[in-house]
Amino acid sequence: MADIRNNFVGIKSPNPFWLASAPPTDKAYNVERAFKAGWGGVVWKTLGEEGPPVVNVNGPRYGAIYGADRRLLGLNNIELITDRALQTNLREIKQVKKDWPDRAIVVSLMVPCEEECWKAILPVVEETGADGIELNFGCPHGMSERGMGSAVGQVPEYVEMVVRWCKANTRMPVITKLTPNITDIRKPARAAHAGGTDAVSLINTINSITSVDLDNFAPQPTIDGKGTHGGYCGPAVKPIAMSMVSEIARDAETRGLPISGIGGITTWRDAAEFMALGAGNVQVCTAAMTYGFKIVQEMISGLSNWMDAKGHATLDDVIGRAVPNVTDWQFLNLNYITKARINQDLCIKCGRCYIACEDTSHQAIANTINGARGFEVIDAECVACNLCLDVCPVENCITMETLQPGAIDERTGKVVEAEYANWTTHPNNPMAKVAAE
Amino acid sequence: MASSQFKDGIAAGRLDPARYAENFSDLHPPLDHHEALVEADRCYFCYDAPCMEACPTSIDIPMFIREIATGNPIGSAKTIFDQNILGGMCARVCPTETLCEEVCVREVAEGKPVQIGRLQRYATDEAMRQGKQFYQRAASTGRKIAVVGAGPAGLAAAHRLAMHGHEVVIFEAKPKGGGLNEYGIAAYKTVDGFAQAEVDYVTAIGGIDIRYGKALGRDFHLSNLAADYDAVFLGMGLAGVNALRAEGEDADGVENAVEFIAELRQASDLSRLPIGRRVVVIGGGMTAIDAAIQSKLLGAEEVTICYRRGKDRMNASEYEQDLAASHGVTIRHWLQPKKVHADGGKVTGIELAYTAEKDGKLISTGETLTLAADQIFKAIGQTLDAGALNGSGSAAPELVNGRIKVDGDGRTSLPKVWAGGDCILGGDDLTVSAVAQGRDAAESIDRALTG
Repeated sequence: MADIRNNFVGIKSPNPFWLASAPPTDKAYNVERAFKAGWGGVVWKTLGEEGPPVVNVNGPRYGAIYGADRRLLGLNNIELITDRALQTNLREIKQVKKDWPDRAIVVSLMVPCEEECWKAILPVVEETGADGIELNFGCPHGMSERGMGSAVGQVPEYVEMVVRWCKANTRMPVITKLTPNITDIRKPARAAHAGGTDAVSLINTINSITSVDLDNFAPQPTIDGKGTHGGYCGPAVKPIAMSMVSEIARDAETRGLPISGIGGITTWRDAAEFMALGAGNVQVCTAAMTYGFKIVQEMISGLSNWMDAKGHATLDDVIGRAVPNVTDWQFLNLNYITKARINQDLCIKCGRCYIACEDTSHQAIANTINGARGFEVIDAECVACNLCLDVCPVENCITMETLQPGAIDERTGKVVEAEYANWTTHPNNPMAKVAAE
Repeated sequence: MASSQFKDGIAAGRLDPARYAENFSDLHPPLDHHEALVEADRCYFCYDAPCMEACPTSIDIPMFIREIATGNPIGSAKTIFDQNILGGMCARVCPTETLCEEVCVREVAEGKPVQIGRLQRYATDEAMRQGKQFYQRAASTGRKIAVVGAGPAGLAAAHRLAMHGHEVVIFEAKPKGGGLNEYGIAAYKTVDGFAQAEVDYVTAIGGIDIRYGKALGRDFHLSNLAADYDAVFLGMGLAGVNALRAEGEDADGVENAVEFIAELRQASDLSRLPIGRRVVVIGGGMTAIDAAIQSKLLGAEEVTICYRRGKDRMNASEYEQDLAASHGVTIRHWLQPKKVHADGGKVTGIELAYTAEKDGKLISTGETLTLAADQIFKAIGQTLDAGALNGSGSAAPELVNGRIKVDGDGRTSLPKVWAGGDCILGGDDLTVSAVAQGRDAAESIDRALTG
C-alpha cells in the first residue's frame, strides 16, 4: 500500500491534498467538514489586517464556462479576502488546529506593503498554532486596486521585500503564492527564493471575463449593470498552471524550491501530474466548489492505487519525476516519427478525425474503406500532428505509432534514423551549431 | 372499473371515462428545455453524418442539434424546415429507430442513440409556438398547379411550389387536410390536434387554396386538371384496402384497420367508440400495430395480431412490436386467415391456417387454429384506387404493380403530371418519404415551368 503522507516544508499532512485559500476555507464550519471528508490540509482564506473587514459585493460573485452537459470547466470570481473579523478567524483557526492536530493548517495573509503591517499580523497568526503562512501575492481583482495581491506579485522586488520581512519576523514556514498574470513566472519565483521563502505556491487566478450578458451588454457576473474582471480557475486553467510549475521546477535559480501546485486540479490524475512536474503537494478549490468535499476520497484512492500499480512507495518517488523530461522545443528529437493509427474495431465512424484533418490540417485521412464509410490514415500525408486523436470521442481509438529506425516515412520517402537529432544541428537552421571538427 | 369492461361483443365505454385521456396521451412527451440541452450535448456533430444520410428528407441533423445546444431553437427549426416542412409531424411519427437513430454513432458505440426525433420536436414546436414563418412566396409566376390530396406529399409539394411563386389548388377528398397524419397514425403519436395545426402552419405561406370534399374520379378528373392547370401533382395515397381472402369475411365485425383508426382519430369522445372484447388484427405493418394497441387502449380484453410470416418479415419496427407487447398485445406469426366464424351474422372467431415458407413461397401446413373474436381488423395493406385515375377519356398515368410509375424527379408517364407519396411505385408508407417526394416533385415542376 503506497504511503501518501505528505511533508511539505516541514508541514505534515496525511495526504497531499490541501484545500486552497478560497471560500471553502473561510470558516471553521467548512474546514471541519473538509477534514471530516478527508482533506489533508487547508490554506485558510486570506486574512487582512486588524480593523474593519473588507466588504464584498452583494450581487453575484462567480462566472462560469461550461463544457458538454453543463460540466463546469472554468470558474471566475470577484470575491475579496475574508470579510469576517480578524479575531473571529484567528479564534476559529486556533480551535480547529487544536481539534485536528494531524491536518495541515496554513494561513493565507494579505496586508499592505509595509513592514509594520506584516510585523503586526505575524505574531497573532503564530499564536494560533497554525503550521505556516501563505503570502497572497496573487489575487487579481479588487485587492490589487489597493496595492495588494497581484499588485505585489507582479513586481519581483516587492515580492522579495515582503518575503524577507516575513522570514525575519516569524518562525513559521513561508509559502509565497504567485500570480500567473505576468509574462515570466520565473521572475517572481526567483525573487521569492532570494527573499528566503520556504516554498512557492501557484497559480493564483487569471484575469478573466467569462461571459457577457447579451441582453444588457454587461460582463458577467453583473453587478447592477456593470462587471469587472475576475480571477479564473478550474479545469480550464490546469495547462497554464502546469507549464508555470514546470518552469520554476527546471529553472536553474529555483530548482529544488518546494512548490505547492494549484490550478484546476479535479482528480487524482491531475494531482499526480502536478507532482510529477515538481509540485510537492497540491491545493484544490474549484473541484470542491463544484462537487463538494467528498471528491478527496476519489483522489486519495486513485493516487494510492496508481502508485501501487506503478510501484511508487512514497510521494517522493513521484515528485519531480517528469521535470527532466520538460525541455525546450529546440531539443526535441526531429528523427522521432509517428503516424496516427485508427482502430477499426473501436471506431464509431463519426468522421470527426476526417473533417478535422481534411478542413484544417493535412488531408491525411481517407473517408472510405473499400468504398464504404470508414476512416483510415494516409501515411504519405500524415505529419503525426495528433489532431485526429484529440478530436476523437472514443478513448484509445486513435493512437500514435512510432516508426522504428530503418522504416520508411512514406510522407518524406526517407528512412527513419535511429540517431537523436534536433533543430540546433539541423541544416535548415541558419543558427545551427556545426559539430566540432 | 367500468361495468362493461368484460362485456362480450363490440361495445363502447369499456373503461372509466378518465382512463381514456390517460391512455391516449402523448407517447413521448416533449422534452423540456433542460432535457433538450442535455440530449443535444450528446451529439458528436459527425462529419457527413450517418443520421443525415438515413433521413429521407436529408435534414442536417448535426446542425439543428448544435443550434439547440447553443440556445438557438429558431435557427434549429429553420434548418429542419428547409428540408422538411412537415418536420413537426415527422418528429412525432418517424420510426427513428429504423432511420436516423438506428445509424447514430452513439447507437453504434453505446446502444443509446441521441434522441433525434424528440430534439426535432423540441425545435419545431418552439418555432410553431412562436408562429415563426421562415418562408415567403417569390413574386407570382402566374402559373397554377393542381395538387391531388392534402396529405404529407401534397402539402410538401404545395409549400415548395408556393415558395417559388406558383398558385396552388389542393383537391382533398376528406373534410380535413393532413392525410394519414389526420386520419391514420395512432392517436398517442400526435395529440392535441397537431395534424391540423401543421396544415395551418404549412399553408400560412399563402397561395395555397385547399378545396375539401373533392375526390379524384368522383368530383373531377385528371383530364380536367391537366387541361386547366400548368401542372398536376398526384399525392392521393392509397384509398383501397386489400381483402382478407377468407371465407365469411363479410360478417359484421370484420373491419378495415385504417377506417377504425380514422374513426378513432376523429372521435370527439373515445368512451363512445365501440371496441370488441376480443380483437384479432390481421397484418404485420404499422397499421396493424396502431390498430392493435389502440384496441387495447380502448379497453379490449384480448388483442392478437396474426401475421402470415415470421417476425423478421414484419414491416413494423422492432420498437413498434415491443410497444405493442408492452401494451399487452399478443403477436403471433405464421398464421393466415382461412375462415371467419359468425353467429347471426356477427363475428365470433377466426380460423387461421398455419403457414411455412418453402422455396421462398408461403404454404399452408394444413394445421389450423381458431381464435375467439368479436372484432377482426384487416391491416394487410392498402391499394391504389386505379379507377379514380381514369375518366373523361384522358390517358391515365402508367402503373406498375398497381402503383404510379415515376422517374427520379417524380414525373409520371404523362407530360404535365407528377406524383409522390404512398401512391407511387417505391412509396414506402412513411410520412417522411412522402414529404421528400412531394418536395422534390415541386422542384422538378418549378424547373419545368420556369426553366
